[in-house]
Amino acid sequence: MSEPAPMKRDPKRSFQDMILALHDFWSAQGCLILQPYDMRMGAGTFHPATTLRALGPQPWNAAFVQPCRRPTDGRYGENPNRLQHYYQYQVILKPSPPDLQQLYLDSLAAIGVDPLRHDIRFVEDDWESPTLGAWGLGWEVWCDGMEVTQFTYFQQMGGFDCKPVAGELTYGLERLAMYLQGVDNVYDLVFTEAPASSSQAVGQKRVVTYGDVFLENEKQMSKWNFEVADTDALFDLFGKAEAECRNCLANDVPIAAYEQAVEASHIFNLLQARGVISVQERASYMGRVRDLARGACEKYAAMMAPEWQAQYPEWSL
Amino acid sequence: MTDFLLELRCEEIPARMQAGARAELERLLRREIEAAGVSATDITVWSTPRRLALIARGLPDATQPVCDEAKGPPEGAPDAAIEGFCRKNGVTKDQLELRDVKGRGTWFAVIEKPGMAMCDVLADAIPTVIRDFSWPKSMRWGAASLGTESLRWVRPLSGIVAILGEELVDCAIDGIASSYATHGHRFHCPGEITIGSAADYQEKLRACHVIVDHEERAALIREGARKAAADAGLTLVEDEGLVVENAGLTEWPVPLLGRFDEAFLDVPPEVIQLTARVNQKYFVCENAGGDLANAFVCTANITPADPAVVIDGNRKVLAARLSDARFFWEQDRKTPLAEHAKKLERITFHEKLGTVADKVDRVAKLARWLCEEGIVKSSPLPDGEGPGVGVHTSQAPDTHPQPLPSSEGALLADQAELAARLCKADLVTEMVGEFPELQGLMGGYYARAEGLPDEVADAIRDHYKPVGQGDEVPTAPVTVAVSLADKLDTLALFFAVGLKPTGSKDPFALRRAALGVIAVILQNNIRIPITDALVAAIVVGRDLPEISWNIGAIGVAKSVSLSPFRLPEPEVITKIGERFLGGDSKLFLADRLKVQQREAGVRHDLIDAVFALGGEDDLVRLLARVKALQSFIGTEDGANLLTGYKRAANILKKEDWHGIEGEISRTGEEDPLAGVDDPELAPVIAAKMAERQASGLSHTREPAEAALIDALDAAEPTAGAAIEAEDFTAAMSALASLRAPIDRFFDEVTVNAPQEDVRASRLDLLARFRAAVHKVADFSRIEG
Repeated sequence: MSEPAPMKRDPKRSFQDMILALHDFWSAQGCLILQPYDMRMGAGTFHPATTLRALGPQPWNAAFVQPCRRPTDGRYGENPNRLQHYYQYQVILKPSPPDLQQLYLDSLAAIGVDPLRHDIRFVEDDWESPTLGAWGLGWEVWCDGMEVTQFTYFQQMGGFDCKPVAGELTYGLERLAMYLQGVDNVYDLVFTEAPASSSQAVGQKRVVTYGDVFLENEKQMSKWNFEVADTDALFDLFGKAEAECRNCLANDVPIAAYEQAVEASHIFNLLQARGVISVQERASYMGRVRDLARGACEKYAAMMAPEWQAQYPEWSL
Repeated sequence: MTDFLLELRCEEIPARMQAGARAELERLLRREIEAAGVSATDITVWSTPRRLALIARGLPDATQPVCDEAKGPPEGAPDAAIEGFCRKNGVTKDQLELRDVKGRGTWFAVIEKPGMAMCDVLADAIPTVIRDFSWPKSMRWGAASLGTESLRWVRPLSGIVAILGEELVDCAIDGIASSYATHGHRFHCPGEITIGSAADYQEKLRACHVIVDHEERAALIREGARKAAADAGLTLVEDEGLVVENAGLTEWPVPLLGRFDEAFLDVPPEVIQLTARVNQKYFVCENAGGDLANAFVCTANITPADPAVVIDGNRKVLAARLSDARFFWEQDRKTPLAEHAKKLERITFHEKLGTVADKVDRVAKLARWLCEEGIVKSSPLPDGEGPGVGVHTSQAPDTHPQPLPSSEGALLADQAELAARLCKADLVTEMVGEFPELQGLMGGYYARAEGLPDEVADAIRDHYKPVGQGDEVPTAPVTVAVSLADKLDTLALFFAVGLKPTGSKDPFALRRAALGVIAVILQNNIRIPITDALVAAIVVGRDLPEISWNIGAIGVAKSVSLSPFRLPEPEVITKIGERFLGGDSKLFLADRLKVQQREAGVRHDLIDAVFALGGEDDLVRLLARVKALQSFIGTEDGANLLTGYKRAANILKKEDWHGIEGEISRTGEEDPLAGVDDPELAPVIAAKMAERQASGLSHTREPAEAALIDALDAAEPTAGAAIEAEDFTAAMSALASLRAPIDRFFDEVTVNAPQEDVRASRLDLLARFRAAVHKVADFSRIEG
């Protein structure tokens, strides 16, 4: 039996090849390739590999895909652009390298975007997450007028100055793929196309679309988010996550506390989607989530500070 | 003489910050070289997203030597003092010069500073300019940011070109050293290029696809977009803000025209234009008929290999945005506005003033009342036909409007209430959630789409107007009622719960609300005392806890109400006005009126002069009075009367003479005549005056005195009647008749006569003159 020919990736025709091409690219730049965090969260930035690792002085270079949940964006699978569950590709580089913009443009070239055929622009878009006590300056990157990436230099995280500053890239994977594949509906994206010679494709279509994978999921999850989820149970869960977060903080396990803050944040988003949080209450819930997340970041930084200081004498919190 | 080039390169500078950055660069460089004694007259500054560039022409090769002198201790001072002086100035004792200062020997240090090479001056200046540069927002980056003291810039700074003549100005900051090398266009010319001097900079960059002059890029976009539209048989909708923004986003701008699906034109044109402009920075186009066309113009930053690819990408993005907008447009219309309005119960207007639904209810009641009272009429008087300059009204005007009994009036009231109840409903629609700036406009569209009358839809659309100075002021009666009610509610109730603007802080935009009230009232000749209007708004809001409590506290029945067709009793109005509005609200309105009238050239001191009378509360009448006063003061009679008035007032002040009014009503040194307009007081004053004038006069009046008395006897009733009839020009003429007699009085009569009673009688006469003038305006407030 002969060795299978090495897979030829085609990021312009396959969603998963595009992701693999990004993995290849950032791996070659010396990034850790991490796996998604196993919790529901609204953005890749919530992954502890971004938030917690943005604190402190040690270098940190990582790339990963993070599924994101935005319950209010669900459209029962009927909108060609909006999803309640989608993928972000996150790259975090600390300290931010001097050629970060060029690295980013090279990564676009690696998935097949030619900047003399497509109009690439860096348009001011500063980022702020009051929930995380974080902000940064940067751009949204446009490709022929479409926002394909958020590019941010973190200045603060958890209320602390970032020392040093980390650069964060967040690619909207579905958008980029729709663009590269030239499709107008996210469900028409080719997720993968098995090679003609492949024998694994038995029982599975040779071309698998994004819709094959996620359409039913979007329908059911939209219904659950908007109509079914038991709101009493959600309010209860919110309170429990909040209490557990405080329990973790009291017992000096801030990483566990941070997970509970992420949990509370997502439950709040679900309550929003169910429309049971009034405008007046909204600010109060957001304040509660913010207190948890910031509390966890502060505790984490305070606990780690002596070790960081020992390694980097010139550094202070 | 040499030219200097400075280029500061960094990652993309936000478009909106570039103009400020150019000014800042010029200011700081000028400051630094001027400190070295060099004045630069010819400085050019350019910007692109990736660089700031400055060329200073005609700099000297070196600065002039300077000779500074410092004066030291006197001859014979202790050695320690002299040594200290030497140390401070870096000289030795034998270098000091002894000079004579007012006959005393004094040591001087003369410090010669040799001229500095311009290159060195600039090498020192550049790092200072960079460190002192002030950006609206700046950041740290890279490995150096391990400490917080690292360099800050708008985005990471990547390179410096600094060339004087052809010589490199050698400097460095945070590891970035100056050089001759720069970069051309990011994609068209990615390599390094070498600049020789200021002279070749612009053209070398142009050859590398960078147009460094922002004005030139703006012109290319302006012309290119126009041409792209014209080539497609369309007209560009000009938008200078977009031109500048796109010039700030590109180094090599290439306008491209694309088309979108015609089906999207069902969506209101304002929505399409806003989506294109705000989200995508595209221009839109019109067809020959002036309707929005299904075309857009985007500005690429490359000459694309295949323009169709770039256009098609942009078209798709716009299509996705427009399909969102169309979804909102269709979704929103499935629910009638009245249903949307119910959701306003969930939005807090202000914690002390209830929900938006509460506000809407108040505005609806107030709008209905304004119509039913006949304050807002179904066919308003056009501007300028009310009381005013030179318009003789045959009868006293209707200052107490009668309710409209007609069915026309009832229809107006019904429509105004309906429009008011729906006017905020669009705030909870999807479209306004996405584009808050479309508030009002969308409500108007939705109202028309559900078949409501045009008057109602127009009122919903336009009730926020006027939004600022120069904005269109509503004149359609239904719109006027809703607009006025909305603003009165905001103004009166925030004041009533003590949330007045302070200093520069005006978080609830009450100044804008007041300007709106004033503009609507004046534009439409709405005749209502402003206090009554504000009190009406408070009465409507009487169920709010804080207002209800206060109404109780001043002993006004909780059941006080506006209907039918009546304000509360005048004394209740006064009580409520004092409790809730105080004097502040009038001063506030007077200030707003001054601002509002400034552009029309109405003098602020004349507004004060009329406002100071206290009784004038009807803005239309007040302004007519001010305008008549302004014309009068501009005449020779007016100017001279003012002089006579000031002279009389000075004498009375010096003598501390308050006249008869002063005896009756003395409200203080500042304004002894506050009571003159009080109708209750007028007969008392008249009687007293007659009495005093008639009672034993111990001297024979001089002819000038008699003439002034005659003139006053004639002028007072004439002026009074004219004011009553709101013919302020006639009132001014009556005053003008006093000018010759008062001039003569001062020429011929000595006020300070030796006999006390003569003096008293003459002072009384002056006081009477002053009072007569005050019937028209408080001349003491008039400047000049």
